[in-house]
Amino acid sequence: MSFPWAEEYRPKHPFMRWMDDRLPLPRLVHGAVGGGYPVPRNLNFFWNFGVLAGLALMIQIVTGIVLAMHYIPSGDAAFASTEHIMRDVNQGWFLRYLHANGASFFFVVTYLHIFRGLYYGSYKAPREMVWMLGLVIFLLMMATAFMGYVLPWGQMSFWGAKVITGLFGAIPVVGEPIQTWLLGGFAPDQATLTRFFSLHYLLPFVIAGVIILHIWALHIPGSSNPTGVDVKTPQDTVPFHPYYTAKDGFGAGVALIALTILVFFFPNFLGHADNYIPANPLSTPAEIVPEWYFWPFYAILRAFTVDFILPAKLWGVLAMFGSILLLFFLPWLDKSPVRSGNYRPKFRIFFWILVADVIVLGYCGGLPAAEPFVMISQIATIYYFAHFLIILPILSMVEKTLPLPNSISESVLHGEKAEAAPIDLGDATPAKA
Amino acid sequence: MAAVDLNEGAAGVAGDDGVRRRDFINIAAVSVAGVGGLALVFPLVNQMNPSADVLALASIEVDVSAIQPGQAIKTIWRKQPIFIRNLTPAEQQAANAVDTASLRDPQTLAERTQEGHTNWLITLGVCTHLGCVPLGAAEGENKGEYGGYFCPCHGSHYDTAARIRKGPAPTNLEVPEYEFKTDTVVQIG
Repeated sequence: MSFPWAEEYRPKHPFMRWMDDRLPLPRLVHGAVGGGYPVPRNLNFFWNFGVLAGLALMIQIVTGIVLAMHYIPSGDAAFASTEHIMRDVNQGWFLRYLHANGASFFFVVTYLHIFRGLYYGSYKAPREMVWMLGLVIFLLMMATAFMGYVLPWGQMSFWGAKVITGLFGAIPVVGEPIQTWLLGGFAPDQATLTRFFSLHYLLPFVIAGVIILHIWALHIPGSSNPTGVDVKTPQDTVPFHPYYTAKDGFGAGVALIALTILVFFFPNFLGHADNYIPANPLSTPAEIVPEWYFWPFYAILRAFTVDFILPAKLWGVLAMFGSILLLFFLPWLDKSPVRSGNYRPKFRIFFWILVADVIVLGYCGGLPAAEPFVMISQIATIYYFAHFLIILPILSMVEKTLPLPNSISESVLHGEKAEAAPIDLGDATPAKA
Repeated sequence: MAAVDLNEGAAGVAGDDGVRRRDFINIAAVSVAGVGGLALVFPLVNQMNPSADVLALASIEVDVSAIQPGQAIKTIWRKQPIFIRNLTPAEQQAANAVDTASLRDPQTLAERTQEGHTNWLITLGVCTHLGCVPLGAAEGENKGEYGGYFCPCHGSHYDTAARIRKGPAPTNLEVPEYEFKTDTVVQIG
């Protein structure tokens, strides 16, 4: 309940009144995603992706629980039980494809959600905690996705586990003991599978918990909006229900159509064929590629090829983790008082360069580490860090921003007075959006 | 939210019958979502049914040529014990001598065996009371007061046609679906 004009929850039915005195759950829902949560009236479709990410988590949890009824986390049986799910379990193929592609779906909507936040300055005061909790969710998602990819125990699973835990081996002195501790052995094996299975089952619920904090923190100041101007009057908001339940419902329909097309027509498009070969500790695939959503970070990891004080391998690991940890400081790196990129002409250009830069990194990360792609990823890595550490702080000092609208309602209602006037009296041309 | 001037537009205007276009959109959208949700429930429920590899083991063939009259064997069908018993003429007579009207679950031996193979009594080795495996199939086991099977859990006695005669079990031992492929090979299931 972020604004004083939020509609109060007034149960009409006697049972609901009885319930409200004892367990005010309907009141909570009403205030969180119901008529009691006033939301800026000018949100565009980029504001759909938070709800879509929540939907993706639900899909993953439901399909995951079901898959866990058939999957066996054992070095001897993991691969076979995965194939058992694909061939023998009723609709098992659908459930597994939905889970595997659901992970990609989750990352697609999360990346769009993050870039939405970057463009519209959603990380700025007073929403720093929302942003940082979001990053925590992102890190948990990556850990969960990585461990989930190991479970089918194919070649990519095995070698992915080996390479990613090997990252920790780059840490001086304690690196190798940490790697051995993570794996529960000297190479990925039975102990690795069972612990990854356990954590892969646990972490989604941790994510759900952090999402509650994320939404809680969001609902203190309320949602941001495309103008970045604070909500000032009741005219600036509409109740979440029915306005944004309907808009999110429509967005969910479109997104689910896309996911369904992927699941039913291209279920292995985002996977790697080598993961249909059982794990073999004696033979490395010709090329180890992580899942697409890790490619930008994988490119940063491999961009470091020269030892400079520290070994190149360690630089790569530090840069990869640094590229995300850096984002925790974003609210203090970008000091511009204007939130939305719509009113920051120069920031907007650099934002799109950053988007292109991350896409280039992703493209290089998915290819074998060979020239010219190593050099390209080195340049792109430098730019990535420069964007946050150099360009944004300088921009926030020197950029001349465009004038902000006085209010949200002014920005959406411009010209409508004239339009609404009787014919012949007002300006007859419709308002421009 | 009276503060916001909600421009309803054409969708919000009620027609002559009092129905707005928005009502139709509402019902249509929620119906589609409901049907979609229900469709998703089907695989989530059905995945718990026996999978194809379990169903593939749903029928077995047993060679009964080595079972002598008076002997029985235990085998496994659908992860449950099966008793295959070669009845002696005396056991068959004993079973046929019983007045079926006096039984808790009235059935004749002929009804519980197949024509031409009335000496072969094939039943599930699962007591119909609470699912224990009755004794009496293996040599030296307690066959109960009626010379058939005896369930040690709660004392159900079955006769030589595996019919319940005494004790808490409500029905006779279940006869599975089976057929004789040859005189000595029987397919169960």
